[in-house]
Amino acid sequence: MSKKAVIEGSMAVAEAVKACRPKVISAYPISPQTHIVEDLAKMIADKELDSTMVRVDSEFSAASVICGASATGVRAYTASSSQGLLLMTEVLFNTAGMRLPIVITGVNRTISAPITIQPDHQDTMTLRDAGLIQLYVENSQEAYATHIQAFKIAEDREILLPVMVCMDGWILTHSFEPVEIYDQELVDKFLPEYDPLYCLDPEKPITYGSYADNEVMEFRYMMQEAMERAKDKIQDVALEYKELFGEYYGGLIEEYRTEGADVIVVAMGSVLGTIKDAVDEMRENGQKVGAIKVRSYRPFPAEELYNAVKDASIIAVLDKSLSIGQGGPLATDTKAAFYNKKAPKVASFMAGLGGREVTKETIKNIVYKCKKALELNIVADMEFVDLRREII
Amino acid sequence: MKLTVGAVVKAGTSKVNKTGNWRSFRPVVNKDLCNGCGICTFFCPDSSIQITEKKSNINYDYCKGCGICAKECPQGAIKMEEERT
Ligand code: SF4
Ligand code: SF4
Repeated sequence: MSKKAVIEGSMAVAEAVKACRPKVISAYPISPQTHIVEDLAKMIADKELDSTMVRVDSEFSAASVICGASATGVRAYTASSSQGLLLMTEVLFNTAGMRLPIVITGVNRTISAPITIQPDHQDTMTLRDAGLIQLYVENSQEAYATHIQAFKIAEDREILLPVMVCMDGWILTHSFEPVEIYDQELVDKFLPEYDPLYCLDPEKPITYGSYADNEVMEFRYMMQEAMERAKDKIQDVALEYKELFGEYYGGLIEEYRTEGADVIVVAMGSVLGTIKDAVDEMRENGQKVGAIKVRSYRPFPAEELYNAVKDASIIAVLDKSLSIGQGGPLATDTKAAFYNKKAPKVASFMAGLGGREVTKETIKNIVYKCKKALELNIVADMEFVDLRREII
Repeated sequence: MKLTVGAVVKAGTSKVNKTGNWRSFRPVVNKDLCNGCGICTFFCPDSSIQITEKKSNINYDYCKGCGICAKECPQGAIKMEEERT
């Protein structure tokens, strides 16, 4: 029987990963990722999960171990945060290029300097060009669901790309919520055994990611095509999950009360909980406001996003990371998606950096600014929300 | 030729690509000092050393002349000699 328990977000992820039966897990501890892999290590020690936990000296090694494990043809998993994810970067580019379908949890945490352990999206955003599929989740139950979906998406022969499930550190990993943990039988029904395209075997030696001179362009094209196919796959897998588990969190995006909305707030991750509450309150006051959760950041859902917001007057894009010298990556990609189309205006807001709290008031303030911008017909390029100018 | 997903190829194809001419120093084994312990074979990053007839035998088609074997040999049996072509 499935069971409902009040557990930490980290435990929800560990339960989901356990149910996917990875053969190899390797990780190096870093807050706020630690509890996930601690929980998994305990499951292995208690013989609840038949897997090998490889303890390593660094995140570079952790990523290398699961890259190698995946190349031998088994399901492999890791998780990291912040500097740890950066240390994995080189290996993750390679893993994606070798088309190895690992799953990794990117537990969002700010990057140093200055050093802090608070969450924002700078770490996973830095990896957006690595060839990883990136799915951002809103709550613990979605984190549970998305990890199970992630293996299915990654391992599909049409896709074969690593999937990174991005979840806000602390806000999700360390808070307790009721989470439904499903039967192993049900997960097994949803997720078939991994059937690798190639595997390392001393009897029949092969080389992954071999030398290419004049073929790099074609290999990149093949990855781009796989990403394009992933758009359908992510949707299909979310619907299959709904069919079997009865839960749905959106495919590439999730629309929330967007019908007839003038202003739509677009964001990713746990902040959607706050945004949805703020939208409810504003709707009660008769304001035509809606929200969109971008679930899949890579592949970027340009078409789905455009179709969902095209009738609004203005959209407010809330970024929790900064491409320093340009602006918010989500806003930049959104604007690019709308170019050459009849589209609403796009206002870009930088919020929540270094874990700065984003409250319902913050969201209402952003919506107010959008309405003002429409009135005056002036939309600022980017605004730092709740910036403490007095201390600069 | 058709490209494979992940640039996966049959192993051993790099043998075609002889890299010995990258070398500017050549390791030379003094067979009188070499006792065939095999330590050099483990350290050679190019897998260019084999022990044959209990002596270190370097394959100059692939040895790039890094000098690690000379540094690691406990008998001091390998000397690096400058090579000019
Ligand atoms: S390490 Fe030295 S002694 Fe040992 S096999 Fe190599 S050359 Fe000979
Ligand atoms: S010089 Fe370097 S490459 Fe050549 S045999 Fe010695 S260890 Fe190998």
